[in-house]
Amino acid sequence: MSEAIAYYPGCSGLGTSKEYDASTRAVCAKVGLSLVDVPDWSCCGSTPAHTTDHTLSAALSARNLQLVADMGMKLAVTPCPSCLTNLRTANHRMEKAAFAEKANRLLDEPYSGGVNAQSVLQALVETVGLDALKAAVRTPLAGLKVACYYGCIMNRPPELMAFDDCENPMAMDNVLAAMGAEIVPFPLKVECCGASYGIPRGDIVARLAGKLLEAATLAGADMVAVACPLCQMNLDLRQGQVNRALGASYRIPVPYFTQLMGVALNIADADIGFDKLNVDPRPVLSKALTGAQ
Amino acid sequence: MNIINFTRDCDEDFVHRVEEESGQNVSLCYQCGNCTAGCPYTFAYDIPVSQIMRLVQAGQKKTVLSSKSIWLCATCESCTTRCPNNIDVACIMDVLRHMARREGLAAVPQVKTFWDAFLNSVRAHGRVFELGLTVEYVAKTGRFWTDMDLAPKIFPKGKLALKAHDIQGKEHVARIFERFERESNS
Repeated sequence: MSEAIAYYPGCSGLGTSKEYDASTRAVCAKVGLSLVDVPDWSCCGSTPAHTTDHTLSAALSARNLQLVADMGMKLAVTPCPSCLTNLRTANHRMEKAAFAEKANRLLDEPYSGGVNAQSVLQALVETVGLDALKAAVRTPLAGLKVACYYGCIMNRPPELMAFDDCENPMAMDNVLAAMGAEIVPFPLKVECCGASYGIPRGDIVARLAGKLLEAATLAGADMVAVACPLCQMNLDLRQGQVNRALGASYRIPVPYFTQLMGVALNIADADIGFDKLNVDPRPVLSKALTGAQ
Repeated sequence: MNIINFTRDCDEDFVHRVEEESGQNVSLCYQCGNCTAGCPYTFAYDIPVSQIMRLVQAGQKKTVLSSKSIWLCATCESCTTRCPNNIDVACIMDVLRHMARREGLAAVPQVKTFWDAFLNSVRAHGRVFELGLTVEYVAKTGRFWTDMDLAPKIFPKGKLALKAHDIQGKEHVARIFERFERESNS
């Protein structure tokens, strides 16, 4: 149904967000989005690169943009918002000749330009479309109350990310509503979770992730759906640390939105990978789905 | 309140360099405070981001580059998104970190150590090796208790790769770092 799109998994997809990668691949295959891995892709440098130097950061991303160009393609999708920001920023900054010249000096093969990057969420909404996604549903997520958390950089800054609303994004809300879930109003959709400070400053993550878990609980959510490996890690894997730091007792599952789509589209359990999460979503999920029958 | 003598103490060269490296006009900031109001990190900062902007305008190089705030900004883009004058504040915070690095300053050393360990891993393997990165961070900081409680949660799930995934073109990636170092030292 659609043309093949280059796929940039990102480093965490090989480790801490394996289940995001696997569920993304399975969901895309199911709805006719054909993903082709960028051959021998390398790390975009993430936050550590852009906080060190913008030319270094652009070069690390541009190596991958050029690999996409070498595939004869002009669009890459990635599940990871940090990869996405870096790929888009590199492409944007290298539109300026003087900057491109500096970044290209660091590369074996210079970047020829013109490769756009999108999130998997954007490709699902814009290339496949909500109607087609809805038509593919086999097990509606009826009765499941979900708070959609987008993370801080998927939509910001708006001039660079050019997708959805920067203060109140709706793409994930709409996708999961199409899957039959009940979306609860969640005011902290784009608030930062503490990002990469989990290791060097766990106290900061405890406070910021705690605020998000509190808001989701107050909103009456059964789960928090996420689209970012770092958000997922901070809210789920570190939930016990948050509880200890704040004297709280949150126990709320934090699946990737693609995992919830996997349930609705009847994808195999091994590709959904709920067993990889810290707080297991399956008890809450089966309770909601049986309750709704 | 700090009193600054603009005629005597303003390092104009610093102001110009921040503007040049960030591509932003810092004099557009009229101190509305929107960036600080939306910044999730204000509670952890020693100087709120709007005051960093004011100190940059005033050419207070040493105060700014010695601040903890520039190492605690997560580039969440809240300030940039909400600035009424379209100043890319997060980009300025980034540039201030670049400058602090060049001056050998890092007021929150463990953050710099973590980011450096991440880039060392990318340089060695072409992709970041999460476990190796954590081990290097712990070894360099001596913070042996870091995330020990997470080990039993993560290892049984087979999520943390025990071996690095070296890419074929890892030398290409290593050369990016080598050339960057050469250009920075020239």
